[in-house]
Amino acid sequence: MIMGQQKPIEAILEMLAPYGKIVLAGCNGCVTVCRAGGQKEVEILGSAIRLAREAAERPIELKEVTLERQCDPEYLETMRPFLEDYEAVLSIACGAGVQFVAEKFSATPVLPGLDTTFIGVTEKQGVWAERCQACGDCVLHLTGGICPVARCSKSLFNGPCGGTTAEGRCEVSKDVPCGWMMIIERLRKLNMLENYRRILPMKGWRKSRDGGPRRIVREDLTT
Amino acid sequence: MKTASRLERILSAGHFAVTTECGPPRGAEPAVIRRKGEMLKGFVDAINVTDNQTSVVRMSSIASCVILQGLGFDPIVQMVTRDRNRIALQSDILGAAALGMNNLLCLSGDHQTFGDDPEAKNVFDLDSIQLIQLVKRMRDEGTFPSGKKIEGPPRFFIGAAENPFAEPFDIRPLRLAKKVEAGVDFIQTQCIYNLERFEKFMDEVRKLGLHKEIKILAGVTPLKSAGMAKFMKKNVAGMDVPDSVVKRMADTPKEEQPAAGIQLCVESIQRLRQIEGIAGVHVMAIEWEQKVPEIVGKAGLLPRPEPSA
Repeated sequence: MIMGQQKPIEAILEMLAPYGKIVLAGCNGCVTVCRAGGQKEVEILGSAIRLAREAAERPIELKEVTLERQCDPEYLETMRPFLEDYEAVLSIACGAGVQFVAEKFSATPVLPGLDTTFIGVTEKQGVWAERCQACGDCVLHLTGGICPVARCSKSLFNGPCGGTTAEGRCEVSKDVPCGWMMIIERLRKLNMLENYRRILPMKGWRKSRDGGPRRIVREDLTT
Repeated sequence: MKTASRLERILSAGHFAVTTECGPPRGAEPAVIRRKGEMLKGFVDAINVTDNQTSVVRMSSIASCVILQGLGFDPIVQMVTRDRNRIALQSDILGAAALGMNNLLCLSGDHQTFGDDPEAKNVFDLDSIQLIQLVKRMRDEGTFPSGKKIEGPPRFFIGAAENPFAEPFDIRPLRLAKKVEAGVDFIQTQCIYNLERFEKFMDEVRKLGLHKEIKILAGVTPLKSAGMAKFMKKNVAGMDVPDSVVKRMADTPKEEQPAAGIQLCVESIQRLRQIEGIAGVHVMAIEWEQKVPEIVGKAGLLPRPEPSA
């Protein structure tokens, strides 16, 4: 899923300072799963904003909504009937959702309530971790199902750098396991260490963000 | 001879090579580099200049090497992939060659979070092995990765580093094999304190026959104090300092510790020299370059040979 983390309340209040009447929009997609921007977070954040503004003697009128997904036009349209009555939208979807709101409702300012962080997994309750950088050219079949782009701090393609610690940790932090150590352990387990001997040539990053903003057009679905 | 490198000539002639490393200044004053170079003149075959080591900004390796060249050295340019994409790397490879550089050490580089600019974007368009491939291709095929022809290809004696001590230990010889396959000519290792473990590494290297394909220079760093030994053991990732080494330093009275560190380094060099497949030594005296002549002398490696052109 796409992970997000709520911005500090002070930063949110600062963004809201010019406004007296806003829509606070959550999303039932990824950010609900990662407990950052779902209906529950809409309610909690809404209360926090109201209380802070009342305390500052600048009360705010706030309409709370949670869309099925902010990255799909049909769900965004559900906001159209009432949006004109509000000065701005505070979206706590991921960056894609925030931008799609902006795109569809060009006359309304949109404010991001989250920092979108990464594509990741729920390791256990309350712990999420990055797994994919969406580089556009997957090599997981060669690397034991562990991504060198996302899991190695240097995105190295041909094995661990010299900084792996005795505990198998990354030189960047003791909290980060060495991605290549994991790849090698797993290749060993799978009896696929041969893969490690192969030199992976320089990667084409054009399929990643480096080639400019990406777009997929599926002719079979567009007609 | 693949190149005009003095180091290549010395190694090809079968001499036991001596290289050293010098950290460039955190400023634009060339005298700092000259002073270090003058101290080392006649005591080593080549000097590496680091490329923003530990991600702390310093004078560029290429510029520092050009200053050393002015003193008569044939230096080793270090190049990390942390800060430059393939466009900048190719351009600097051409530029360094045009300035008369003959040796290039291909590295990935310490992560930028170690340095003064932890907010910097990390590049790593290539890794060190892909950089070796790039430099070799530019030299031997005379082409850019695009396939286009280079007018006047750069001719570098290609180096790389290897850390025999970092985990996963048993994969390190295989990693070296990949560097050999990529086209490296020489290797300088991480500092060696655990000689038993290094000997085991070299056993594996010989089993793979790598020592016959490339020249391996064993890295050593003299310890200034017991404190430094403990620091390296505890804080430097991928460094293996055995307890016996720490104890030997700690058991020495403080004022005699520098001399003990040098003695230890000399003994290491003598033992490393006996290992089959070791073609030289790389003395990294970190901000202690003035001790290199003494170390090289005590190790019996003087005078340095004058290779025929």
